[in-house]
Amino acid sequence: MMASPQAKDAPAMDTRPLPEGGVWITAARKAAQARLAGMGLPQRRDEYWKFTRPDSLTTPEAPRAALFQGEVPEVFGTRDRLRIVFVDGVFDPQASDDLALEGVRIERLADVEAQDIHWARDLYGTLEARGQNPVPRPLAALNTAQARDGVLIHVTGRARKPIHLVYVHKSEVSDAILHHCIRLDAGAELTLLETGPAAARFNKVMEVDVAESAAFHHLRIQGPDHERRAITHVFARLAREAVFKTFSLTANGVLTRNECVIEIAGDDASAHVAGAAMGGGDFHHDDTVFITHDALRGESRQVFKKVLQNGATGVFQGKILVKPGAQKTDGYQISQALLLDDDSQFLAKPELEIYADDVACSHGSTSGAIDEDALYYLRARGIPKPIATDLMVVSFLAEAVDEIADEGLRDEIIGHFEAWLERRHG
Amino acid sequence: MLEINNLHVDLEEEDKAILKGVNLSVEAGKVHAIMGPNGSGKSTLSYVLSGRGGYTVTQGSATLDGANLLEMEPEERAAAGLFLAFQYPVEIPGVGNMTFLRTAVNAQRKARGEGEISAADFLKLVREKAKALKIDADMLKRPVNVGFSGGEKKRNEILQMAMLEPRMCILDETDSGLDVDAMKLVADGVNALRDAGRGFLVITHYQRLLDHIVPDVVHIMADGRIIKSGGAELALEVEKNGYADILTEVA
Repeated sequence: MMASPQAKDAPAMDTRPLPEGGVWITAARKAAQARLAGMGLPQRRDEYWKFTRPDSLTTPEAPRAALFQGEVPEVFGTRDRLRIVFVDGVFDPQASDDLALEGVRIERLADVEAQDIHWARDLYGTLEARGQNPVPRPLAALNTAQARDGVLIHVTGRARKPIHLVYVHKSEVSDAILHHCIRLDAGAELTLLETGPAAARFNKVMEVDVAESAAFHHLRIQGPDHERRAITHVFARLAREAVFKTFSLTANGVLTRNECVIEIAGDDASAHVAGAAMGGGDFHHDDTVFITHDALRGESRQVFKKVLQNGATGVFQGKILVKPGAQKTDGYQISQALLLDDDSQFLAKPELEIYADDVACSHGSTSGAIDEDALYYLRARGIPKPIATDLMVVSFLAEAVDEIADEGLRDEIIGHFEAWLERRHG
Repeated sequence: MLEINNLHVDLEEEDKAILKGVNLSVEAGKVHAIMGPNGSGKSTLSYVLSGRGGYTVTQGSATLDGANLLEMEPEERAAAGLFLAFQYPVEIPGVGNMTFLRTAVNAQRKARGEGEISAADFLKLVREKAKALKIDADMLKRPVNVGFSGGEKKRNEILQMAMLEPRMCILDETDSGLDVDAMKLVADGVNALRDAGRGFLVITHYQRLLDHIVPDVVHIMADGRIIKSGGAELALEVEKNGYADILTEVA
């Protein structure tokens, strides 16, 4: 093992032994461990962690996180879907459906890790490793090295119903690591839903390989627990005419960093990444996105909205990299924060790096207070200020919600907002 | 019902007097119209009565059924029965028109100590009122005023008025941006609401709207004051000769 270039104040290296496994996974884990040793764990002085303190993500033990005590309405409850339940990162077979779905092969990492060969060999850790350049993402390498479970999904046709990963948080000290791999064959389609706070501390990696003309839709709701911490990475590679769409809704969470690293490798592919987040107090939400265009006529959109109050912090680091020859790229990026008071802050670092001369890329970033004219309009109709303010919050988040392509799922999210309004104002 | 006495109002930002002693009394069952040239203070009067920020009342009073409007929050004024149909209705993306209407109706009922209207009754009521204004199901489902034409926005204002059944309706240049057919539709909506218990204050530049909503009293406003009042024929005079004659006559 090579010596890591660690400074004195650097966090201690992860010294846990690698989990036992067969040949294919052991090779991937060892490679990831070596990557991690080369990079070291993230530190405050790292440029990429300037706005988000990584300390609580790198301590040996997960910081304690109280459980959410309120009622949590079931999301997607009316939808026919295949549920796979993890409690504090541990698979719950009783609560889960049979892992059988036509046109889809679903396996648990824990069930196949002892095998010496598996299709996921070509994917597990591969996109994560590719995503380490030009910016290192050590916590993703740590995940690849240490994950003992997750789902491996191979989609060969059109999945008849969505797969729903349900993350239940029951322990105040749980430290969960899950690693999912999803491969969509040419022309295949899958919608993946994820809900729940997962654990006191959650490290999740999802690698998605989208083949020609395949479509992957991802919708995630990160749960109401306030004290939880999460570092999540999505690594995706898109072949010709592939479609990749992801939307995340985050309410509360003392630390959430969602990284999304997408490589548009085939011509005419499309990637949309959107997020709506709201929180107050020590809520800290970080969206870090890196989209590489390395093909002709690629289209990408990043749409992020955050509502912050009582000292909450929102972070957006979004990059569009257009490689030489990626002509006719259409890249769009918008990040906006609605600050409900003077104590909250939004830190944004939008970046465009373009090496092709025939592209259309635009970006914008704003932060501001509530629109007084709209607030007055609502109040003039008799709607009290607190309800009018909440309606304006929903209105502000709508542009991100509109990114959800599936009308039914979009309505579910809007219904989720309406239920939230109902709970707050009865 | 609506009593305005010697109302003086400054624009906060510029420390500039806009209203300089407005006196006006609108009785239940009556339609009053205010006409006047640009910058005379007509829209300011509607904003001050409905509680928009940015204005300071320096003198005078405004009451609705004896209650001091100027001390109330905008939502309290609405619950007390005041309604302003906006000249420029605001677009609220992401909030469905139905959600908005139901929230407003229920908030006002709650403020008045009445129970919430049931979802079924509400739906029935909205459909009935919307039909008369030729507002289709799609417009009800869409976000508030988003993508609405000028005429649709104004019809949507009248729909809100019909749903909220206010005591006192103020229409701020509701005719602006409307073609003849849309104006007729809006006027029919207003006329359907005319009854003995309800007062109207119709603010307009032109006499045209008043062909359809025939006023009981017409006031001419200039430089922050009402300078002349008369019957419906006053509006015709303005249409024929413009404001110049009246301004000269009063000066």
